[in-house]
Amino acid sequence: MAELLFWPALLLYGEAAVGYFGDARRPGIAGRAATWGVRLGWLVQTALLSVQAAREDGFPWGTWAGSLNLFVWLVVGAYLIWGCRGAYRLLGLVVMPLAAALLVVARAGGGTTIGTRSHYSNLFLVLHVGLVLVAFAGFTLAAALSALYLWQERRLKRRVTTILRRPAPSLATLDRVAARTVVFSLPLLTLGIAVGIERLVQRGDRVDAVVVATCVTWAVWVAYLVLRLTGWSGRRAAYVALAGFVLVILVRLAFPVAHFT
Amino acid sequence: MRLVLVGISHHHAPVELRERVALDREQASALAAELGEAVCLSTCNRTELYVVADDAEEAERLAVAALAELEPQVEPALYRLRDQAAALHLFRVAAGLDSLVPGEGEILGQVRTAYEAGTPGLVLDKVFRQALHAGRKVRAQTAIGESPASVSSAAAALAEQVFGDLAGCRIMLIGVGKVGDQAARSLRGRGAEVVLTANSKTDRGRLEEELARVDVVVSATTSTGYVLDAETVERARNGRQLLFIDLAVPRDLDPAIHELESCYLYDIDDLEAIVSETLAGRRGEATRAEAIVATEAEKFHAWHASLDVVPAIASLRAHAEEIREAELRKAEGVLGRLDDTQRRAVESMTAQIVNKLLHLPTVRMKQAAVSADGVIYAEAVRHLFGLGEDER
Repeated sequence: MAELLFWPALLLYGEAAVGYFGDARRPGIAGRAATWGVRLGWLVQTALLSVQAAREDGFPWGTWAGSLNLFVWLVVGAYLIWGCRGAYRLLGLVVMPLAAALLVVARAGGGTTIGTRSHYSNLFLVLHVGLVLVAFAGFTLAAALSALYLWQERRLKRRVTTILRRPAPSLATLDRVAARTVVFSLPLLTLGIAVGIERLVQRGDRVDAVVVATCVTWAVWVAYLVLRLTGWSGRRAAYVALAGFVLVILVRLAFPVAHFT
Repeated sequence: MRLVLVGISHHHAPVELRERVALDREQASALAAELGEAVCLSTCNRTELYVVADDAEEAERLAVAALAELEPQVEPALYRLRDQAAALHLFRVAAGLDSLVPGEGEILGQVRTAYEAGTPGLVLDKVFRQALHAGRKVRAQTAIGESPASVSSAAAALAEQVFGDLAGCRIMLIGVGKVGDQAARSLRGRGAEVVLTANSKTDRGRLEEELARVDVVVSATTSTGYVLDAETVERARNGRQLLFIDLAVPRDLDPAIHELESCYLYDIDDLEAIVSETLAGRRGEATRAEAIVATEAEKFHAWHASLDVVPAIASLRAHAEEIREAELRKAEGVLGRLDDTQRRAVESMTAQIVNKLLHLPTVRMKQAAVSADGVIYAEAVRHLFGLGEDER
């Protein structure tokens, strides 16, 4: 059943990614089709996660691939909050190809099937994995907003004559919303890390690469907020956000396997 | 009932002529009332009279005379359209397709005002309501009116692109000419506030001081040198994001300002290039808008044409109903023995038979009306069923 739901979800996310490229070239029906692709795809993935949750005794996304599946769902869900508005549609250009690609990776790692329980307790997994993933989804959205900021700013600097033909959020709005998303996400990451470290200390486990990289990621996002308080905003803040996002992807993909075993 | 349009517009008449037949709301209302079932649409680009009458020739003559009374020289510049062509024209006007700037939004409100001030009957009521619907539909389903069509509105739209909502946004206006004033008015219209109006002779210290407080600088002086250079801006702006609009020729603002981080400088050429691009986009959208308008005009035509056969259809149905009721009365002896449920079933069945028999002829007559054969069909039906013979 879960397997049957994976393919339509991937197909719809893929359709949305292609649709947003079409919309970037010629705004109109492709953009609307893409938005519906995101909505339906997210609903199908919700069904997939529900099936996983119903069939498992415990927390079903405790493996790195399973958590990646959940991460994709959170990212697309967060995108849906803004992405359905015409002005923010372009965010889909950044978010949806990434979501489709990560869903494929999650499947390759077995994260979309049933029977991959972790040996950790449910409460710990819900708190640790849940909080970290929600925070990472927020950072991903903030990075997408920052990427859109840089793209829009570049168009203003280049004095692109078509700049007013496509509805897009203003630079000030993109900058503000990205910062608010980080303000919301950072405490969640802090809590998630704290729960993980507490467990680490209790069990006497050693610090692995994922823990180090996650702490570095946390430090970068803290720096993002501190720099904003000292007057950094706009282009410079957007670059810091993108650097933070690179670390998020690194944590999610580069060396997660050892951490989850 | 024929729909007649007589009018003058920017396509064929210069402003000197148009202004002599331009009417305010009260005058337009009075003229419409004088002509019977009529609506007078008068804007800066057009004055048009829409009249409905049984005699189209006479209605047209009266409308021409009414406009000629305002200005005798207007007659050669008048256009005259009837029925479907007149309706299509009104739909195009409401959609902004006949405007000087394609897709301009003001016209829809002007059409509504004219309709409300007129004396519409059945046909004008229908055609104006449908025109307003077509206008709204075009704006909702195409991007024809979305992008700015003038340098001043492009400047305001750019400011929105940088700052978002312009409420609370502060503007420094350098130069007090017409061009700068238009741009400032456009920005003010979106909620921005002019905090300083300066000129090329204003103290530099004052300008620098204000640069730390404003968001948008609009400059349009006749100065031959730069009013603001990049160094001054960098020193004074205190790291703020700024948009500079330079509408002057020769330019007032140092082009190097655009190289500063978070500073965006657009001169008159940049803005005109944007406007030209958006107008091209509007023209592209106009093709889609024309299709929407044509569909709506077709719907009106079908409705208008059906008016020719409606009396015949109504007579036919009334005739059939009379026969049905007469036959039911004849069978009263038998029906009297039935209980209420059975009696209702018989009445319902006879009504169904009548409806089903008349459905296809009704549809065919309406179809024939659209293809101009409606009157012939209506006459044939009257003849075949002997409709109206009793009255004769």
